[in-house]
Order: sequence, then C-alpha cells, then structure tokens
Amino acid sequence: MRQIAIYGKGGIGKSTTTQNTVAALAEAGYKCMIVGCDPKADATRLILHKKAQATVMDLARERGSVEELEIDEVLLEGFLGVKCAESGGPEPGVGCAGRGVITAINFLEENGAYEEEIDFVFYDVLGDVVCGGFAMPIREGKAKEIYIVTSGEMMAMYAANNIARGILKYAQSGGVRLGGLICNSRKVDREFELITEFAKRLGTQMIHFIPRDNQVQRAELRRMTVLEYTPEHPMADEYRTLAKKIAENKNFVIPTPLGMDELEELLTEFGILDAEEAVA
Amino acid sequence: MKSIIEKTQRLIDEVLEVYPEKTRKLRAKHIKPNDPTGECGSACQVRSNVKSRPGVMTIRGCAYAGSKGVVWGPIKDVVHISHGPVGCGQYSWWSRRNYYNGLTGIDSFVTMHITSDFQEKDIVFGGDRKLEQLCREVKELFPLAKGITIQSECPVGLIGDDIEAVAKKMTEELGIPVVPVRCEGFRGVSQSLGHHIANDSIRDYILGKASVEKSSPYDVALIGDYNIGGDAWATRKILEEMGLRVIAHWTGDGTLRELALTPRAKLNLIHCYRSMNYICRHMEERYGIPWVEYNFFGPTKIYQSIRKIASFFDDYIKERAEAVIAKYKPWMDRVIEQYRPRLEGKTVMLYVGGLRPRHVVGAYEDLGMKVVATGYEFGHKDDYQRTYPELEEGTLIYDDATPYELEEFTKRLKPDLVGSGIKEKYAYHKMGVPFRQMHSWDYSGPYHGFDGFPVFARDMDMTVNNPTWRLIRRKS
Repeated sequence: MRQIAIYGKGGIGKSTTTQNTVAALAEAGYKCMIVGCDPKADATRLILHKKAQATVMDLARERGSVEELEIDEVLLEGFLGVKCAESGGPEPGVGCAGRGVITAINFLEENGAYEEEIDFVFYDVLGDVVCGGFAMPIREGKAKEIYIVTSGEMMAMYAANNIARGILKYAQSGGVRLGGLICNSRKVDREFELITEFAKRLGTQMIHFIPRDNQVQRAELRRMTVLEYTPEHPMADEYRTLAKKIAENKNFVIPTPLGMDELEELLTEFGILDAEEAVA
Repeated sequence: MKSIIEKTQRLIDEVLEVYPEKTRKLRAKHIKPNDPTGECGSACQVRSNVKSRPGVMTIRGCAYAGSKGVVWGPIKDVVHISHGPVGCGQYSWWSRRNYYNGLTGIDSFVTMHITSDFQEKDIVFGGDRKLEQLCREVKELFPLAKGITIQSECPVGLIGDDIEAVAKKMTEELGIPVVPVRCEGFRGVSQSLGHHIANDSIRDYILGKASVEKSSPYDVALIGDYNIGGDAWATRKILEEMGLRVIAHWTGDGTLRELALTPRAKLNLIHCYRSMNYICRHMEERYGIPWVEYNFFGPTKIYQSIRKIASFFDDYIKERAEAVIAKYKPWMDRVIEQYRPRLEGKTVMLYVGGLRPRHVVGAYEDLGMKVVATGYEFGHKDDYQRTYPELEEGTLIYDDATPYELEEFTKRLKPDLVGSGIKEKYAYHKMGVPFRQMHSWDYSGPYHGFDGFPVFARDMDMTVNNPTWRLIRRKS
C-alpha cells in the first residue's frame, strides 16, 4: 500500500486533480482510497457524485464522540469502487480543524480502514500546512510520498515552496519524501519551463503538466471526474498519464526549499519582466 | 562583602555546583544571601518573575490557578465555570480552604466544581455554544447565583473561542453579570499573571456597579484575605472592634456585590499585596482611595498594623485601636508564655506564595523562632524588596526554588521546621523533617489575627516537638 498526500495552495485544483488521477488509477485496476482532510468535505464529491454527508467529525459531534462511530458509516464507495472518507470539521472561524484531521485519521487507522488490500491511499489536504493537524497525513507511519499541486502563479509557487519547508521538517523525523510537482496550468507565460525549473531548484521533478481544459469543469458540474463523464476525451488521457507516472515514480527526494529572494528571482527570470521585454 | 553574607553565598554555590553551567548561572541569580542594608547592591537582589528553567521541576502554578483558584474562586455567590477540559477544575477543586457562610448549592458555590468538560468535538467545533448552554443551565439550577465567571483553560485560548461574545450575550439574556476571564494557563510565567488578569476582569466588569445605602467615615475594604481556615473572619473581628466598618471582603467569604461597591471605601486594607495590589492601585488612581499594607500574623505585627491602620482615621478610632490592643495583649502574652519556652531558638525554612514568605516572619519571632531561609514561588521584585528588611543579614532567599535546591538547603541548614505546600510535604516527611503546610495551614487555622495566633503557636509546637520525628529511622 502506498500512502500519498496531495498539498497545494487553496483553489489550485488539488481535489479535482486527485479525484481524476485516482479514477484513472482505479480504471487501471488499482484499489484506491481518498481521505479528505478539509473541513469543507468536498474532496470526494466527484467520486461519490454528491458531497459526503457523513464526515467523521460531523458524526462524532452528533453522537458525542468518535467511539460511537462504525467505520462503514464514514467509509463510502464511489466510482469504480474507490473508497472515500472525509474528516469534516468546523465552520470557518471556530474551533480547531487541525485537531479534527488528527482525530479523523486516527479513527480510520484504529478501525482498520487501511487493513483491506488497498494499493493507494490519497490524502487531500486543505490549503497550506497551517498547523500540526494538517501535517498529520505526513507524520510518522502515514503518507510517505507527497505531490504538490501548483501553477505558474506566484502565490501558488510561494505556497508550494512553503509546503516543501514543511516536508523538510517531517522528512528528517518521519521519512516522508517529495515525489514531484503537478503543474495544473493557469496559462501563465512560459509556465512549463518555469515549473520545470522550480522543480529542479526544489530538487524534485515536474511529474506532469496538466493543460487547462474546460472539459474538467463540465464534468465537475455533473459531479463526475472526466474519466467517468467523457472517458474518451483528451483530458482523461492527461490524468491517465499522470496516474501512470505516479504509479511508476521512483524519484523521491528531501526537498531543498528556496529562499524568498531566490523564488522572486526565478519568477522575474521566467515571468513578467520577460514578457514585458518581449512586448517592447 | 560581609562574612555572614559570604558564608551564605558559599552555601548557595555548593548547592548549585551540580547544575550544568548555564543552569547554574541562571539559578544563581534567583538565590541570594539577604542584605537588609542594601550595601551589597544589585549583587544581592533576587531575580524574580521570569520563566522557570525547563527541567528543574518548578513548583509554580498557572494563570488559571491564579484567577480561579485564588482571586475569583472564593467569591461565594457566583458560579465559577472551569471552561475547558475537566482536569483543571477537578484538580483545583476545593483545594484552598476558603471558608464561607452560606448554603452550598443554594446561594453559595465555592466548594462546587462546575466545568464545561470539553470533549474532542468541542475542540474541533469550538465550545461557544456549549458554554451558552452551560450558562443557561447554571441560571436554571442555581437561581440565586448572582453571577457567572468563565475561567478560561488553555485549549479555549488555543482554538480562539469568543468567550467575550458569549459572556455579553448571556449577561443580557440571563440578567446577571457573566464575566469572561482570559486566564489560560499558558499565559505568563506563573500564577501571578492570573491574579492580575482576574483583578482586571473585576475592574472591567464589576467594580463600581453597586453602592452602599448609607456610607460611614469608617468604611474599609478587606483586600487580599482569602479566608483560609477562617483568616478573614479573625481579621474582620479586630477591624470591627476598632470601630471600622468592613464593607467588602476580597475575596474570602466575599460576594459579588461587595466587589462592586468597594469604591465606596475610605481606605483599602491589603494583606496579600502580590495578588491584589493591582486593584488597590486602580482604586487609588480612579477613585482616590488610599490603601495600606498590613500584617495580622503574630501579636507584634498585629499591634503595629492596628496602629498603622488607625493612623488613617480620627482620634475615636485611634483610641479604640489602643483599647483593642490593651484588651488582647494579656491573652497574647499568655500564648507566648506557654509556647515560647518550647520553641525558643528553633529555626524555620519557608517556601510559600504571595505574602507569607515575609509576613509570617514576625509571628515566628514572637515565639522565639528564627526564619533562616525563605522564598517565593511567584514573587516580583517589589515582594523581595519588602522582604529584605524583615530578615537578618545573610538569611538565605530563593525564588522559584526547585525540589532539589530545597532538599539540599534543608540538609545543610538543618532547620527545625519547614513550611511549604502539599507538593513538598511528603518529601519532607520522608526526610524526617518537621513540616507544616503554609498554604492551607495544614487543614488548621485561622492563623490571622488574635484568634489565629494561638492556633498558629499550637500548630508549630505540635509539629516541631512531635515525638514522632524521633521514631523515624534515618539513613546514617
């Protein structure tokens, strides 16, 4: 069983990428599970064809504590038999969502969610690594490999770099490794080259460049992955390629995060200045 | 440096020798020989009120202990909610022996343990709604409660619950003051910040919101007496015999209304300076009320204090003060006559909290005993400045002492009596050293006032001269 955590800036497309990739892995015959680590609980919507109603923490709140839950109540099956669980958590601005993630993952673990034969577990984690709770998936004994979803936009890269710093900490204590950057294209100038170089500086690879295509949104509106909605579409093939690359990936590293200056320099080198000069 | 001071310094150096260099240097600043003359200068000033060194096993408490346990807890007609997981409330439950008159569970709640009992779901989803529900239940269960305080425990601060908003909403809904107290245990270096936070919350939510019907020129407030074993009652008796009218107890056997009307006092009398000087200073600045520190341990200090308090009033009070002293002096003399021969020359080592490391020195001296070492868990610079003149030159003074240091000093100073708290008690029993709890009076008391001194003298005698100590076999 390989446990994989997906991190990245909020809104970058972590959940979409994860679910499409997992659908492709399932299609290839792998047994997969997705654990949503976000109080919004929308990491499994495309697989389940609805927003998960029974999150671990919501049920725990209803019943009093997690001890009152059965694993079957929160571990649901969706497209191609992919198993889905959501940690759930509080509304924005109250409580401690990080603690919710810790509680939920412990619950899944203690109740044997990982015991059946599963090839891949994907943790889809909220935005940045804001506190210890959101680092739970990469702490000892959990996910050993991480993929960061990014684009060529500055803030996405900034977040990616920050996440790399978090991985560095747990790489030393817990053995987690960075498997690569997934570029979810926003059609930024020279994005392919920029992220390739950024990945190189981080000591890793750009494992795949996902072009932008509205077919993904069309599928999403129908609560489906592209692989389910239009399996013959070229975008579905992109995710199949990414899935294959992840399944075959051997490139696992301890990242070398960039300093703020170096990061800005990189952006200047590939980004805006260059484009302005081209116009001139 | 004078030889007696040097001798104590050598003792300190010897004990600190085993520490790693960094710890030794740091701890050395907290342990000094006493120099009442001030000639020794800053070299003899005890460093205090800073973070405890990790690993040395401090005896200090936390901000929650300072607020819920000390300042707010004794207010009897208010329900104090230990807001957070159950442990903080459970382990501080009725541990300070603040006596009170009243019917527990009807109009008084000091000995009750009321908590929001946080569960994991409350951490994850926030505890504000649970707190609201709890406030409503308190009002329903205890309709005579005059108010509610929310004593915030660590997790409440960590997850950022908005207890101020809940308090405001519940104050309006329930029609009684609901006071949020941000005394999360991780704040500050000891319980001391909790005292300050609690003082400030009284100032902001309660003080000045009630008045006395008829004021008298002799109205005083009794501040910083927590009525441990009935101390405040013994104190009040003296003040009333002097002709003064005690309008408020802060906070032993006190009520919410008393706190509110205190700005009507003509003079604030403060016993525990450390925990309540803040409110006295505030009332001085805001209402122009003078305040005076006094000491009701042992006849010598009691007589001095009675005269000091009377000096703020007219001849009528001054005369009555003398009459009070004249009335009780023969009784006090008899107590001394009875116990002094049994205790003369015995030495005492203390390690206590807010005021006792210096305030009880006089009471021991009345019995012919000598304090050879003393110190504070959470004192500040001004506490130590008040301590130096009370003690002989070369007396050992320590701040935030560790169990190791206390044990080693005891072995070397060989005191006849050690006075400290429950955490130290059994270690000393095992060492075969006579020991009294000087926080809780070892379930005895009162020790304040004329009523207290005979009890104090008896307790010290029965501890120091207890034949049991001779039956303990010590390792040679």
